[in-house]
Amino acid sequence: MTDSGQTDKRPLIKLRGVTKVYGAGHAATHALRGVDLDIGDGDLVAVMGPSGSGKSTCLNILGCLDTPTTGTYMFKGVEVGRLDRDQRARLRRHYLGFVFQGYNLLNRTSAIENVELPLVYRGVPAKTRRALARRALDAVGLKGREKHAPNELSGGEQQRVAIARAIVTGPAVLMADEPTGNLDTARSHEIMELLAALNRQQGITIVMVTHEPDMAAYAKRIVHFLDGLVESDKRNGSQT
Amino acid sequence: MLWDTIFLALREIKRNVMRSFLTILGIVIGVASVITMVTLGGGATVQVTNQIASLGSNLLMVTPGKRMGPGQSSAGAPFRAKDVEAIARDIRSVAAVAPASAKPVVAIVGNENWSTTVTGTDNQYMKVRMWPIKAGRQFSDSELRAGAAVCIVGDTVRQKLFGGLEPLGSRIRLGKLSFQVIGLLEAKGQSSMGTDQDDLVLLPLRTFQRRISGNQDVSLIQVSVRDGESTEKAQRDIERLMREHRHISPGAEDDFSVMDMKEITRMLTGTTQVLTGLLGAVAAVSLLVGGIGIMNIMLVSVTERTREIGTRLAIGALEREVLMQFLVEAVVLSSSGGLFGILLGLVACIGLKNFLQVPFVFNPGIVVIAFLFSAGVGVVFGYFPALKAARLDPIEALRHE
Repeated sequence: MTDSGQTDKRPLIKLRGVTKVYGAGHAATHALRGVDLDIGDGDLVAVMGPSGSGKSTCLNILGCLDTPTTGTYMFKGVEVGRLDRDQRARLRRHYLGFVFQGYNLLNRTSAIENVELPLVYRGVPAKTRRALARRALDAVGLKGREKHAPNELSGGEQQRVAIARAIVTGPAVLMADEPTGNLDTARSHEIMELLAALNRQQGITIVMVTHEPDMAAYAKRIVHFLDGLVESDKRNGSQT
Repeated sequence: MLWDTIFLALREIKRNVMRSFLTILGIVIGVASVITMVTLGGGATVQVTNQIASLGSNLLMVTPGKRMGPGQSSAGAPFRAKDVEAIARDIRSVAAVAPASAKPVVAIVGNENWSTTVTGTDNQYMKVRMWPIKAGRQFSDSELRAGAAVCIVGDTVRQKLFGGLEPLGSRIRLGKLSFQVIGLLEAKGQSSMGTDQDDLVLLPLRTFQRRISGNQDVSLIQVSVRDGESTEKAQRDIERLMREHRHISPGAEDDFSVMDMKEITRMLTGTTQVLTGLLGAVAAVSLLVGGIGIMNIMLVSVTERTREIGTRLAIGALEREVLMQFLVEAVVLSSSGGLFGILLGLVACIGLKNFLQVPFVFNPGIVVIAFLFSAGVGVVFGYFPALKAARLDPIEALRHE
C-alpha cells in the first residue's frame, strides 16, 4: 500500500484548489473547499465518502457538467472553467462517457439505438453507427440483445447497455455515478468486473463514485472525500 | 442529422397516438375550414364568372340610376322606348338592343296558377341574351306595334301551368287579362344568383306598358356589341347619347349607368370574396388556437422527458440540437395536422359541392399556403417549449423525479 496521489503517467485530469459554492451569503453551501486531484491516463479511481462530502459535485465538475466556483480544472491541458456551455458539451461528446445510477436509457428505444445515441450527436453515418454500437454491445456481453427495449432487460443488463453507450465513442474518461447503486450484490460484482476489464483491456480511464467498499475494491486507487476536501488518496494494494 | 431528428419526432408522436391526435385536432379543424371556405368560395366565384361569361362578353347593361358600389344605386328617371330606338339607330357598333320592364304577376291556366315575372320587351331580347325559341315563333312586327295580347313563355312556366298539355295557341291569364301563347323558350337553368331564369313570361313592350304597368317606362336596356367592336367605345357612345337624351348638363353626374360584363362580374363576385375573406379570417383564428394546444402539449412533453433531455445533454448534445429536436417535433405535429386538415377540407368540399350546387375548383395555392401556415404555427408555438428544453441544466435534469 503506497501513498501516491501522483501517477507516473501524464495527468489527464488536474484539479487545483477547486471550490464549489451553491447559493450566496448565509445560505451558501460550500460543496467543495479546495480540492487538488490528478488522474492519469488509464487509471481506475473510486471516489468514496459520506453523502454531502462533495463527491458527486466533484464528479459533475470532472464530467464537465458543472464548473468550479474558484480554482482550475485542466482536462487534457484545457481549462474547463473557461469553456462555455456548448464547448463543454463538445468536450463531453468527444472525450467523456457517462454511466448513471438509474441507467438513464431512453424508454421504448431498443438497446442498440440507445448505444447509438452519442454517435448520432457526433454525426456518424447510420451504417457505421450500427456497426460500432453492435461491437460495444458485444464488449459488454449483450450479443443478441440488441433489439430489446430497456423494460425487457434486467437491471444488470440495462446498466451494461448504459456502459456500452458510454464506451461506444471510445472516450478518454468514463464517469460513473454509483453504477451499482440500483443492483443486487451479484449483479454489482458483474458490473464492476466489466468496468475493470474495460479499464484493463481497452485502457479506458474510469472515475467512479461509490459508497460500497466492496465495489471500490475493484479500483486501482481510492479517493476519500470528507466535508468538501480530499481526506485520503490511496493506491489499492490488491490491484497493483 | 435532420432525418434522424424527423424520424425521432415521428417515433415520439407515435408513442402517444391519442394525445398527438387530440393535440393536432385544432390545427386539423382550422386548416380544414380554411380549405373548405376558400375552395367553395372560389368555386362560387368561378361559377358566377362563368355564367356571366356565358351571357357573352359583349353585353352592356344600361340602367337608370348611378351605381355607387355593390348593391347600391341612386335613383334616376326610367328610360323610354325612344331611348332604345336611338341607341339602335345612332350607335353603329351595336348589334342588338333590347328594352325590358318587368313586374311580378300571377299566371293562371285553368286551375293551375303560378307566381312569375312578366317582362315587356321585343324580339331583340332573344338575340341579346342568345336565347333561342324552342317551339312556336317570335313576336310579329304588327303584334309589337299594336301591343297585341300574345306572349312567349319560359320553360318553368310551361311546366308549372301546362304540365304535359300543348301550350302553343293556349291562353294564359296574367292579372286580369288573357294572352295567347305563341312561343316557348329553351330551358336555361339557374342564373349566377341562384334564381330560375326560365321562370318568366315575355310580352311585347307596348302590350306590357299599356296593360300591365300602365306607364311608358323602360327599366333596363340590354345592348350587345358587334363582334370585333370595342365594348369600351360602345359604352362611351351610349353614355354620350343618353346624357344628350336625358338633358344632363356638362359636368353633372350621370343619372344612369352603362355596365359591361367585367363590372357586373366584379359587382357579383365582390360579395362572395368579402364573405370568403371573413370566413378565412375566422378559420385562421382557429389555427392560432390550435397552435396554443400544441404549445401546451409540448410543454408537458418537455417536463415528462426531463431525464431524457438531461441524458442527451450529458452525452454531448448541444443546446441547439435539443432545441431542434423539440422544434421539429412541434412542426411535425402541426404540419401533420395541416396535412390531415387539407385532406378533410377537400373531402368536405367534394361532399358539399352537390349540396350547395357550387363547382369544386381545386386551388393548389391555398393548399400550399395552409400547409406552410400550419408548419409555421408549429415553429412559433413550439419554439418556447423547445427553448425551455434546451436551456435545462443537465445536472438538474438528470436528477429529475
